[in-house]
Amino acid sequence: MTVSSLIEKGFNAVTLPQGDRMVNGVYIGDLLSWVMSSCSADNIWITIMSNINVIAVASLTDASCVILAEGVTLQDDVIKEAEKKGVNVLSTDKSSYEVAVLLSDILK
Amino acid sequence: MAEELVFRFTVDGDDFTSAGQASVQIKKNLRQLGIPSDIIRRVSIAMYEGEINMVIHAKGGEALVKVTEDYIEIVLEDKGPGIKNVEQAMQEGFSTAPEGIRSLGFGAGMGLPNMKRYTDNMEISTVVGVGTTITMRVNLA
Repeated sequence: MTVSSLIEKGFNAVTLPQGDRMVNGVYIGDLLSWVMSSCSADNIWITIMSNINVIAVASLTDASCVILAEGVTLQDDVIKEAEKKGVNVLSTDKSSYEVAVLLSDILK
Repeated sequence: MAEELVFRFTVDGDDFTSAGQASVQIKKNLRQLGIPSDIIRRVSIAMYEGEINMVIHAKGGEALVKVTEDYIEIVLEDKGPGIKNVEQAMQEGFSTAPEGIRSLGFGAGMGLPNMKRYTDNMEISTVVGVGTTITMRVNLA
């Protein structure tokens, strides 16, 4: 399944510079070092953090996309950074738990 | 004798949000050299944690990455306060980062443990009041 196809499942696209990337697995976390220790390459990373370091961490861990939960939004400069670094970002009003439950179903 | 490649970076200590420039750049450089992606991931994450540490604790520093046929070596050097108790600093969850840093998602006490986790060898040379040099290696062979 590609990142772009998650849009059809109700996620909002914040920016999709590499929308054709394949997703594999999910990681949820807000403490960035913890994410760096446990988020695997190609994972969907669900978080409520929105500062610019999120983009660097997503890029370095090779996460396939970031899903911002709980209606979190990004400032314009952070979106630009995501575009520059090729980091896909989606958003939703759902909680991290609800996103995980939905993804569990989708990724079956 | 195989060629060695050396990349040097200055880690800016003033701008916390720009931390990670060097590790993102090194990721690009290593990709151009055709280094396997799992190795790139380990090197860039270890370096990013080091950069963040230098920004939080030492007002920046210097980073040097050496690529040889057999390994990639990362040397992070700062003139910060030094680490009082290295053993304690290496424990997961131990942190001396200020509260403001935590709201950015850092300061979980996972920086040094992650650097060790993602590299094959890590040495810390530190003198309180003088600075810290961390040397990490990721084997290619």
